[in-house]
Amino acid sequence: MECTVRTEGPYTIVALSGEVDLYYSPKARENILLHLNKKCNVLVDLSAVSYIDSSGVASLVEGFQLARSNKADFGLVGVSHAAMQVLQLARLDKVFPIYSTVAEATANK
Amino acid sequence: MATGATNEPIIAIDNLVAHYGKRKILDDVSLTVNRGEVMVIMGGSGSGKSTLLRHLLGLNKPTAGAIRILGHDLTKINRKEMYKLRREMGVAFQGGALFGSMTVGENVQLPLREHTKLDDNTIRIMARIKLEIMNLAGFEDLMPSELSGGMLKRAALARAVIMDPKLLFFDEPSAGLDPVVSAELDELILRLRNALNITMVVVTHELESAFKIADRITMLDQGKVIFTGSVPEIRASTNERVQNMIHRRPRTEDVDTEAYLHRLTGQRPQA
Repeated sequence: MECTVRTEGPYTIVALSGEVDLYYSPKARENILLHLNKKCNVLVDLSAVSYIDSSGVASLVEGFQLARSNKADFGLVGVSHAAMQVLQLARLDKVFPIYSTVAEATANK
Repeated sequence: MATGATNEPIIAIDNLVAHYGKRKILDDVSLTVNRGEVMVIMGGSGSGKSTLLRHLLGLNKPTAGAIRILGHDLTKINRKEMYKLRREMGVAFQGGALFGSMTVGENVQLPLREHTKLDDNTIRIMARIKLEIMNLAGFEDLMPSELSGGMLKRAALARAVIMDPKLLFFDEPSAGLDPVVSAELDELILRLRNALNITMVVVTHELESAFKIADRITMLDQGKVIFTGSVPEIRASTNERVQNMIHRRPRTEDVDTEAYLHRLTGQRPQA
């Protein structure tokens, strides 16, 4: 798994790629929570995620919960088909704000 | 029929022979299970289904033959490798096998606490996600004895998939359940496979369930594989024992007089 961070407009984009599994999800979690603790608005880019397991999904849930506590924005962007199937299984596609692009998220802000 | 299978074998069984004492239970069983496939093992009582499952789990050593799972030869694997391999495998046992002294949530979390160093909050959320998927949201604080049969099966399934295994074994998912709950569990099995691409081996003697979830079915009879194929292929099979099984016809067996008398009297007939 790769995890890169960039700033785009009002958002800090945490971009994950490859397999987000039991071994790598702690790194994804650390990055997501780090920027939320800095009171940033965070979008997690899942467009290059080939696989995400429930530990990865749990990290996203933790991020969303922390963002709500901080009154910050949190969303998912460019969710890959593989990631969407896992989100749909747990009906979390109806819970997270999901955007096709960062521009769409910015327009909805 | 379900979809999503590819041709790379996750399980390869070659000429497996197994005994309990002198009694041969599995006789020259060969079988492959492909990635993402739901393979249903069917057969009557005493056909060898459970023994085959025990061998696939590495609980029994075969008398002869080979079993490869996720690239590991189970007849040659050492204890450390087997421990590692088991992290990739989930098992939902027939009776649930939940720990009666732990809550449902604690049972589901247990493999993560035993095998990972994930944050406590992550573990709790992961377990709750799995309970949500199994329609058991809000039941995490109950004890297993407070659950119905169908809920126990679903809780056991939640624990079996908590580590997101590559391979799931499910022993008799429908046993003891009413038809509606059984159908719901079948749906759940297919949703899990489709979303997580888990390869599944399901042991059952419930025809309706088998026909709904299987990509392929292997039928065992007296320890031998008498059929492996898709649901349409099993329906079209001309094998009498296969047809007896799928049409629920009782077996008619010829009686070997000498052998029968020997079993009853313990004595060989005099020459």
